[in-house]
Amino acid sequence: MSTETLVPDPVPAAPASEVMTYREALRLALREEMERDERVFLMGEEVGVFEGSYKVSAGLLAQFGPERVRDTPISEEGFVGAGVGAAMLGERPVVEIMTINFLLVAIDQVVNHAAKVGAMFGGEVRCPLVIRTPNGAGNQLTAQHSQSLEGWFAHVPGLKVVAPATPADAKGLLKSAIRDDDPVVVVENLPIYKEKGEVPLDPDHVVPIGQAAVARPGRDVTLVAHSFATVRALRVAERLAAERGIEAEVVDLRSLRPLDVETVAASVSRTNRVVCVEEGWPTYGVSAELAARIQRACFDDLDAPVERVGMAEVPLPYAKNLELAAMPNEERIAATVLSTLELA
Amino acid sequence: MADRPLPPPEVAREWLETMTLIRRFEERAGEMYAKAKVGGFLHLAIGEEATIVGSVRALRETDYLISTYRSHGHALARGTEPERVMAELFGKEDGVCRGRGGSMHMFDLPRRFMGGYGIVGGNLPLAAGMALACDYLGTEDATLCQFGDGAANQGTFGETLNLAALWRLPVVFMVTNNQFGMGTSLERHSAVTDLFKRGEGYGVPGIRCDGMDVVDTYETTCEALRQAREERRPVLVEAITYRFRGHSMADPEEYRTKEQVEQWRQRDPLTTFGERLSAEGAVPEQEREEIDRRAIETVDGAVLFAEASPFPAPESLYDDVYVLGDQVQGWYSIDERAAGVQRGEDIGP
Repeated sequence: MSTETLVPDPVPAAPASEVMTYREALRLALREEMERDERVFLMGEEVGVFEGSYKVSAGLLAQFGPERVRDTPISEEGFVGAGVGAAMLGERPVVEIMTINFLLVAIDQVVNHAAKVGAMFGGEVRCPLVIRTPNGAGNQLTAQHSQSLEGWFAHVPGLKVVAPATPADAKGLLKSAIRDDDPVVVVENLPIYKEKGEVPLDPDHVVPIGQAAVARPGRDVTLVAHSFATVRALRVAERLAAERGIEAEVVDLRSLRPLDVETVAASVSRTNRVVCVEEGWPTYGVSAELAARIQRACFDDLDAPVERVGMAEVPLPYAKNLELAAMPNEERIAATVLSTLELA
Repeated sequence: MADRPLPPPEVAREWLETMTLIRRFEERAGEMYAKAKVGGFLHLAIGEEATIVGSVRALRETDYLISTYRSHGHALARGTEPERVMAELFGKEDGVCRGRGGSMHMFDLPRRFMGGYGIVGGNLPLAAGMALACDYLGTEDATLCQFGDGAANQGTFGETLNLAALWRLPVVFMVTNNQFGMGTSLERHSAVTDLFKRGEGYGVPGIRCDGMDVVDTYETTCEALRQAREERRPVLVEAITYRFRGHSMADPEEYRTKEQVEQWRQRDPLTTFGERLSAEGAVPEQEREEIDRRAIETVDGAVLFAEASPFPAPESLYDDVYVLGDQVQGWYSIDERAAGVQRGEDIGP
């Protein structure tokens, strides 16, 4: 036997990332954090036996058991409040609410309790609670099941609100949320659950809360968005580049509270024109906040008024044609961009 | 409980007709969903026909009914035209809500069916309010509030029952216990599984009926409505039933066994009631086949009607929503500075 045979085969390096869906990325974040920290447990409607209404928690009951993956009755106010109480004693509950529409049933526990206990009791307790819930419309689920109300929660001091638009950010932001000592509302999104993307596998990789990202660089106009609106904005940007040679920069907010105005302002001060896009209603919405911040930060840079595109201001109707028309569809975003550039 | 005597033959026949219509309608709705004629969520009430017809028939025409997102059957039992229910499922202009509501949000004001609601437990306080209005107006009208076993765990349940008892409101709360709140079985979601006992602590007496038996459901609901109406005492009725289909069309039903479903199917309310009617000479077997044929014909007609009905007009998007002047155009149109922008202008096919 020659010494050469002693040279070991090269060990393939563990891949740094893997392509997976948004829902798989969320699941991976939950699994890693539950393995890392025994205080982390999951509860919500259908998260266990049914494996989640949108299958985010698939396999977790089998791995962690019913103590840590807890099915609840349809009692949103009760179990969100129970999450607040458990968090006040130092546990790190992750509460799943089937959709953001149902979070309204529990809004008193979120706004008057989770958001308040940290400051109201002079910093004696913290509330490291995570609420995960999807927003979104477009599947004819009608007025009571199609809302994007994340702006309501971002309005409230004491809460943090994140709204990832990619699988990587879903994993990284959910992990940050679980490790955060404040209550965090993680707004997931129905149409994005199935979308795939490259996701870092390092269990220590997190995405810090409060940092926006430039999802696509460009020089002509800035599109600011979050959640599914980011997906739409990117599609519009690609289309405008291909069809009109317009290079739109897309800023994905990722966090709504805290809001990274710096990244937004840096972009707008270069492009001088901005369209804010959201899936919710613009009136008193995320885009309203953005418009206020941008006009102050970029007053001398703006060559056109801040524009906004959002959901038509109606309870979303069921009929497919009306629903499509009411949504901030890509035609409407593109037309607004062209108008801002005085090309329409 | 199946021993309660049958009503007169013409009444029993009408109950069977309505139950058959609901069954055939729901089956066809499921088919239309598979063909993508119906969108959104679709929750079928197959298996619950006796609970629906027995309780709705206990109402006077002037009484109010309020229900959930599983309410095609309630609309049909109340007399809403199957054509208009199907057109609503298709999202068409001739639907009961002009295509705005879809499957989860049936409504028929002239028949005092005050709607189907999508938030679990959301309709209970509304029912108390309707009873309060009837009381306030000094009418004899009562309200029947339908909800599922899952809704009994919402905060609105306790709050509403207390209000109703405190104010002596003419309302009957009917919990349609179909054994599951979505995919969670009764014993996994409720510490007290005798749901009819849940009202006692609030001053709302409870009673249970066999929701697979239309006669028992009818008689029990009649008595409950009488107490609510005459004695001004709300009552909680628990109807024990079962849904043969999933929670919605999107439900893989992995939380229950085929054997359990099969066992309940032995008590199919349509079959058992039909056979009893024939056995007791009220409706001959041949006539039952005729009833079934007519129900299928009606549903066929409803589908044709729904197909032919137009989609809502694009410019109707803002109907029934208050806006100040033309402010809404700023957000809906492409540019609020542009003159001549019309509501609904860029609506596709």
